[in-house]
Amino acid sequence: MMRNPGSPTLDILDDEGTFGSPYDHKVVVRMLGYLKPYKREAFISIASVLIYTAANVSIPLLLMFTINEFIIEGDRSGLDIMAGAFFAVALAHFAANYAHFIFIPRVSQKVLYDLRTEMFDHIQTLSPAFHHRTPVGRLISRSTSDVMQIQETLDVIIQSLSEILTLGGVIILMLVVLPLAGVTDVRLGLLCLSVIPVLFLLLAYWQRYAKRSFVRIRQAIAIVNGEYNQNITGIRVVESMNRQEQNLANFEKLNREHLDANLQASRFSGALNPMVEALTGFAISSVIVMGGYLVLGGSIEWGVLLAFAMYIQRFFEPIRQLTMQYSHLQRAMAAGARIFEVLDLKPDVVDSKGAVNVDDVRGEVKYDKVNFQYVAGVDVLKDVNLHILPGETVALVGATGAGKSTFVTLLTRFADVTGGSIKVDGHDLRDYTRRSIVGKMGMVLQEPYLLSGTVKENIRYNHQEVTDEQVEAAARAVGAHDFISAMEQGYDTELAERGSNLSVGQRQLISFARAIVANPRILILDEATANIDSHTEMLIQNALKEILVGRTSIIIAHRLSTIRNADKIVVLDHGRIVEVGKHDELLARNGAYAHLYAVNYGLNGTGFDQQDSPVEAAGC
Amino acid sequence: MLVLLRIMSMVWRHKGRLILAYVSLLGATALAMLIVRIVGIAVGIVDEHGAGAIASVDRDEVLFAFPDGLFWMAVLLGLVSISRGLFDFFRTYTSESLSQLATYDLRNRFYDKLQNVSFAFHDKEHTGNLMSKATSDIETVRRFVMMGMIRAPEVAIRLIAIVCILLIMDWKLALISLSLTPLLVVRSSIVMSRMRRMWARVQEVTGEMVTILQENLTGIHVVKAFAAEEHEKKKYAAKARVVQHEYLQSEQLQGTESAKMSVGFTIALGLLLWFGGRQVIGGTMDAAEFTQFVLYLNLLTFPIRMVPFVINVYSRASASGRRLFDVLDAISPVSEKPDAIEVDRVSGEVVFDDVSFSYDHGAPALSHLDLRVKSNSVVALLGSPGSGKSTIVSLIPRFYDATSGAISVGGMDVRDFTLASLRRNVGIVQQDVHLFTATIRDNIAYGNSEAFFEDVVEAAKIAQLHDHIMELPDGYDTWVGERGVTLSGGQRQRLSIARTILLDPPILILDDSTSSVDVETEMKIHKAMEEVMAGRTTFVIAHRLSTVRKADLILVLEDGKVAEMGSHDELVGRKGMYRQIYELQLRPQEEMLLDAPLQSHMGAVTG
Repeated sequence: MMRNPGSPTLDILDDEGTFGSPYDHKVVVRMLGYLKPYKREAFISIASVLIYTAANVSIPLLLMFTINEFIIEGDRSGLDIMAGAFFAVALAHFAANYAHFIFIPRVSQKVLYDLRTEMFDHIQTLSPAFHHRTPVGRLISRSTSDVMQIQETLDVIIQSLSEILTLGGVIILMLVVLPLAGVTDVRLGLLCLSVIPVLFLLLAYWQRYAKRSFVRIRQAIAIVNGEYNQNITGIRVVESMNRQEQNLANFEKLNREHLDANLQASRFSGALNPMVEALTGFAISSVIVMGGYLVLGGSIEWGVLLAFAMYIQRFFEPIRQLTMQYSHLQRAMAAGARIFEVLDLKPDVVDSKGAVNVDDVRGEVKYDKVNFQYVAGVDVLKDVNLHILPGETVALVGATGAGKSTFVTLLTRFADVTGGSIKVDGHDLRDYTRRSIVGKMGMVLQEPYLLSGTVKENIRYNHQEVTDEQVEAAARAVGAHDFISAMEQGYDTELAERGSNLSVGQRQLISFARAIVANPRILILDEATANIDSHTEMLIQNALKEILVGRTSIIIAHRLSTIRNADKIVVLDHGRIVEVGKHDELLARNGAYAHLYAVNYGLNGTGFDQQDSPVEAAGC
Repeated sequence: MLVLLRIMSMVWRHKGRLILAYVSLLGATALAMLIVRIVGIAVGIVDEHGAGAIASVDRDEVLFAFPDGLFWMAVLLGLVSISRGLFDFFRTYTSESLSQLATYDLRNRFYDKLQNVSFAFHDKEHTGNLMSKATSDIETVRRFVMMGMIRAPEVAIRLIAIVCILLIMDWKLALISLSLTPLLVVRSSIVMSRMRRMWARVQEVTGEMVTILQENLTGIHVVKAFAAEEHEKKKYAAKARVVQHEYLQSEQLQGTESAKMSVGFTIALGLLLWFGGRQVIGGTMDAAEFTQFVLYLNLLTFPIRMVPFVINVYSRASASGRRLFDVLDAISPVSEKPDAIEVDRVSGEVVFDDVSFSYDHGAPALSHLDLRVKSNSVVALLGSPGSGKSTIVSLIPRFYDATSGAISVGGMDVRDFTLASLRRNVGIVQQDVHLFTATIRDNIAYGNSEAFFEDVVEAAKIAQLHDHIMELPDGYDTWVGERGVTLSGGQRQRLSIARTILLDPPILILDDSTSSVDVETEMKIHKAMEEVMAGRTTFVIAHRLSTVRKADLILVLEDGKVAEMGSHDELVGRKGMYRQIYELQLRPQEEMLLDAPLQSHMGAVTG
């Protein structure tokens, strides 16, 4: 595990903090960019929406026309024909509607899939430092709940598209087509539609206040989810320490904030209704008075009144929906901004353009004037030079914070050196793709972390090419075979989350097997035996003798037996290499190593043997 | 259905708002009808005066006559619209706030349930799936409250009201126009059950997807150590693909149903035009009636489009509700008796009486254990992984209940305590250290947040953590991340020890707790532990001879049974399993202690 003294880019995903305007057209544009790969489907969707809209607009028109031309005139056969036409329009209406319900979800689900996998992939590339600072629950909140929000919105956007088009169609009909056709007076349309600019003004005013509460909601829910995740992962401590009441009280507070934000938002959503209704009422009233006046004057027929009333009825309902959807859109913008915020975080380690895949390595490792800083100005490693020959075993020793973990961290490119270079087989690490070069290394960390799945899947992990026989061989090599085969399902035993149905020692044995299953040329053990019981450690120490043969290995350990047998012992102090040599040489030198040895292994002797005996194999 | 009723009963807690919601939606609906009626009457007036070819009709008379002039009609219309808007405000506000209140309650209940079910539950449930329930399923329930409980009745009321009005106005024409409606109803109920199954599947795969995400994020250091990003992405993408597919299926079903319902309605309008038009021509219907008929039918556009949506919300909520109630109804096998006793502080005597235990009906992890531990003694547990050491200690604070037999603490059966008071008496330092996103001080005071700062410092000193804390820029106010990331493994373990020391429990359990600290600190902790152990009963899963030797009782476990039991001297003399462990693992440490420092490479030990 890498500790980090703080990296400058980490606090960006701060859910408590405020961030800029959620209603950012850039967010919309970027969102729409996701539609690009699905142009064909998007095109069909839009075409069907257009047809649907046209049919929708023409229904009252048909009615009006029928009334004016045939019903008032008493033309029965004309009425029959018009009824036929009406059914034809109804059919088109249905077909377009059906098609748009098939294609729109198809587009939106594909976009969501892309968004989900892109986020997942991107989050994985972010530096460990980022992950160590960012609660898992918050990232989950962004990858699930914010994406869900986008999903709803995508549907809404396309739906509102039809409503906006309808509105446009009605406007053109009322102001241009019908007056030109002499069916109605342009003044009637103008009066009727005069409410629309007023409505939009009101909306613009409203959204200035409303959007804040939508941002507040998204932030609050992320915090609520973060708390959920934390409590679930720490549940064993919570229960054993009786923290339930207090945690609930605390959670209720966070939950209450989310509730308050929502209640505030719902007052805003609700407030739109009286406005829209009053304007609708005004529009209908004006049609009655003005339209009535015109009918009485004989310039229009009563069918026009009916059509106008229908339009208002049908299309003011959508305007009301539109305002609702507007609030939806607000939520989505907040969600979209949060998603892009994650996607815009720059990963620290990226493959360079000319990076090549490495096929095989011998395992020669060279640290050449390596410097590393997490934070500018604070050296974690300084001018580190070390040449490790293929097959050598190197033990890193030094006090906590001396830079041991950072040393290996750089080799696996959890982070890149800030100065100098690390070479494997004479080539800079950065000349290889990270995936291929790290694939040649095996690493065992202090804390075994297993995933759900079977034992076999966990050992094989990402090396799909590894056969079942190789899995078993790896397990045998580390001494895990016995306990695995003792389980009812053997290698097919399903592990519980994090492998919690195994003891920590057993988990570590499996992670050892996982590290060597692909026969890596370079093996890194970062305090790999620190967290396990002595029985397991004995198994591992026995195994190590064979495992280390022919591999370059870098080991951070407390165990003297491990350290003593190393080809090179590297003593780190405050980020510098202060001594390199074999055990006996270093002791004889009576320097830093001899001092460490005296302090740690000499005086208290709580855990170390010094005998060349069978006991040593046990490595206690 | 039962699931939905339960959700509804949860909303019923806020019945004031619920009633307000229904009243306002009734009001809004009634006024919407009234608007149509007024428009119809107005058209009638216009038609009456306009159709009679009297050119010299007095327009002012028709416009401004009170009360049935068009102007007054318009004024009335305006007033009705504004009132409808007010009703609508309340309807929207109450429905949204109800949905939020209901989920607020649900979130709290769910949260509280999760922290009160036994370990056995959490052994089986994946964090990711629980997270998915806490987010996506609760959101679904919220939509149900808003859409299903308030929108749906509105749709139904509108539908019924309009159908009734139409039947009263002209039952023959109404029947013709609405002839397709029964089909829609039948269709809806068929689709409903299909949708429920689909949504159940969607929620399930979503849970699986979140599980992958959650595990990946939690174990990101492993992913990176193996450069397994590609592998993980494939895994996630495959699941996301399934989610996409399942989602698409249900969305398309909902959409196409909506299209079918809409066409039914459009056809109704066509039939009305056809048959109603004939009646108007034939003079059996006038313009006012026809207008009203059309406008009423037109009012149905919206509710009919809503029907599949509402069905969807119902089906989804019953799937999600099921998933939530599965958790909320989980009966914790470890539950308090109704007459459980709140015990203040017990003596440290612990007795296992013929205790057997198996995890989840599997092979016995512990069989027929008899053990009597006197107050203030130290018990060391030895044995290979899986031999039952951890099981024994997790039975004392009732993380699990014994399958048979009984355990008593201070002379009282553990099942007679309240859980809180039992666990207050039994402190445990667990193998997996979990730190919370909070300051170090709060993390140490996790079990007793009212502890004085001095006590926190004292506990940290005993756990040998104080010096390190003081080196940090913010000292005790330093925040540790979600996974305690700014602390090393050893430091975290010491923090966990400090946390338990602060509780000052008469019974202390140390589970592998000192294995990952470095040697120097370990020595210090051991000294501290000697102090801590004094005056309490301690169970320690130990690997160090220094601890084991001092134990009053050593238990050597094998396959869930006690292989040997006794003091160090007794067991060493017995030449059994302990002797073997001693020779192989413990004695070398002893040799080490006896040897002078730096005096190396001498005398082999017989193994």
